[in-house]
Amino acid sequence: MWKRFKKNFGLTAIAIPGFIWFILFSYLPLIGIVIAFKDYKISGGFFESLISSEWIGFDNFKFMFATNDAKIMVRNTLLYNVFFIAINIVVPLFIAIMISELLNKRGAKAYQTMIFFPYFLSWVVVSYFVWAFLSPDRGLVNRLFESLGMEGVSWYSEKKYWPFFLTFFNTWKNLGYNIVIYLAAIVGIDKTYYEAASLDGASKWQQIKHVTLPQLRSLIAVLFLMAIGKVFNSDFGLFYQVPRNSGALFPVTQTVDTYVYRTFRVIGDIGMSSAAAALQSIVGLVFILVANYVIRKIDRESALF
Amino acid sequence: MKTRRKRHYLDISEGTNIVFNIFLVILSILAVIPFIFVVIISFSDETSIVSKGYSFVPERWSTYAYEYILENGSDILHSYGISLIVTVIGTLIGLALIATYAYVISRPTYPYRKFFTVLALIPMLFSGGLVGNYLVVARLLDLKDSIWALVLPLAMSPFYVFVLKSFYRTSIPDAIIESARIDGASELRTFLSIVLPISKAGLATIGLFLTLGYWNDWYNAMLYIDEQALIPIQYMLIRIENNINFLAQLGSQQGIASEVTRNLPSETVRMAIVVLTVAPIACVYPFFQKYFVGGLTLGAVKE
Repeated sequence: MWKRFKKNFGLTAIAIPGFIWFILFSYLPLIGIVIAFKDYKISGGFFESLISSEWIGFDNFKFMFATNDAKIMVRNTLLYNVFFIAINIVVPLFIAIMISELLNKRGAKAYQTMIFFPYFLSWVVVSYFVWAFLSPDRGLVNRLFESLGMEGVSWYSEKKYWPFFLTFFNTWKNLGYNIVIYLAAIVGIDKTYYEAASLDGASKWQQIKHVTLPQLRSLIAVLFLMAIGKVFNSDFGLFYQVPRNSGALFPVTQTVDTYVYRTFRVIGDIGMSSAAAALQSIVGLVFILVANYVIRKIDRESALF
Repeated sequence: MKTRRKRHYLDISEGTNIVFNIFLVILSILAVIPFIFVVIISFSDETSIVSKGYSFVPERWSTYAYEYILENGSDILHSYGISLIVTVIGTLIGLALIATYAYVISRPTYPYRKFFTVLALIPMLFSGGLVGNYLVVARLLDLKDSIWALVLPLAMSPFYVFVLKSFYRTSIPDAIIESARIDGASELRTFLSIVLPISKAGLATIGLFLTLGYWNDWYNAMLYIDEQALIPIQYMLIRIENNINFLAQLGSQQGIASEVTRNLPSETVRMAIVVLTVAPIACVYPFFQKYFVGGLTLGAVKE
């Protein structure tokens, strides 16, 4: 065994820097899960605090779920994800088919480039874009309302609009990415299927329905299940930066990730914050394992592990 | 042209094509118009914004915002510089870590391949969350208010490791590595002088992902950076926004409010910062899009 280790030492040494990174930035942070079950108190160094803090079982979780906030964040996270998953799977699918069918290929390329653009922006930048439209006194929308003789809306304190806004922004930003994924699969479909179908007299619409969609079925299943695996996660920037951290909007913008951040950084409650994060990690793991199990059943090749 | 006419029976009709084009033109405009709007605002005259609000056709145009940034915006340019430095250092370190690690787990004959693969896989399924990350970076490594707090946490990601690993597997013939070994080259030498040169396309893809990730990052700065001199440009935008919110809440308390207002960039300057933040991406990305697409599709299949 020692001989084998020595023989392969050259390669092992090359992996060491990456190995250290994983230990420091992926494995040591797992103490966050341990802290969720402790009454964490800072006393001396990093490991000292961890060891000397008292075990309290599920108390942090109990306290968390005793608050209304916890129910709201769980509800919001799950509900937004349901809508996001449905939209992000269906809408780009149809647009990708459209782009792939265009007769002017150069146009197809240009559209794809432009629609992909928002994906490369940060949510902070997007929040400024949104502000240009929704700012109560200077924003384009309210100015438009005024010129039409309507009352302006104080967008950042009216929570009823934000579920639609956030869904729209999320779709807007991720559309190009999802289209790219579908287009890659559509390009890979064997052209002879279409030729055979059209020889049988299938119209273009029938070809899409009976060739393109069935060929994409396993990709759609994989995308769907992968999204299910992340159903307890949310895009922090979308829910925190874009609504400008507005308190009036918390009931519709609080998700697990914003809750974890706010409880830790604003309130300073390490216990409840790590409890929420631990819950997210554990629920996420269960969902991923289930999703992966199902993917394996459908298409072994696409499974994560 | 000829081939298209020959395969005409496979194409959609001209009419449908026009409808599709109109729809896609609208979508494309929707995708880029907010950025164009912000560019227009940044070139508007401040007084016309005060009177008319943000508008696609401002009463008066002005390059004041950009002149202001060049002349008085030393802290803005400084933040821009921080972002550049973090992006360059981070991309290089990240590439080094990912390229080496991915290479090792891509070698089919390496006996500990499985161990290192699983080590990289677990973080994709399970993470310690904010508190765990924060305690390690800020307390154990003591990186608060250090540029390394912006560089190191983003340097590696299991996802990039696996993308590059698939790339190595498909583009480096085992025979080349074998022959280098027979010639007596060390593992490191083989990696540096044989593997790296033929992996340029894969490295470019990962490098672009990293560059984008660093340039767009504000989260780590929000967690770990308080010191003015280390604020990257994305986080500066957040701080400006916070000050505006703070002002709005203050309302009548004039004394403090005017103090904050004095340090606050004007509306057009703010939008100019946004434009300068997006500009490098907007300029460069159409040329590198294919690398992104290549990486994304590879990742989507094997994520």
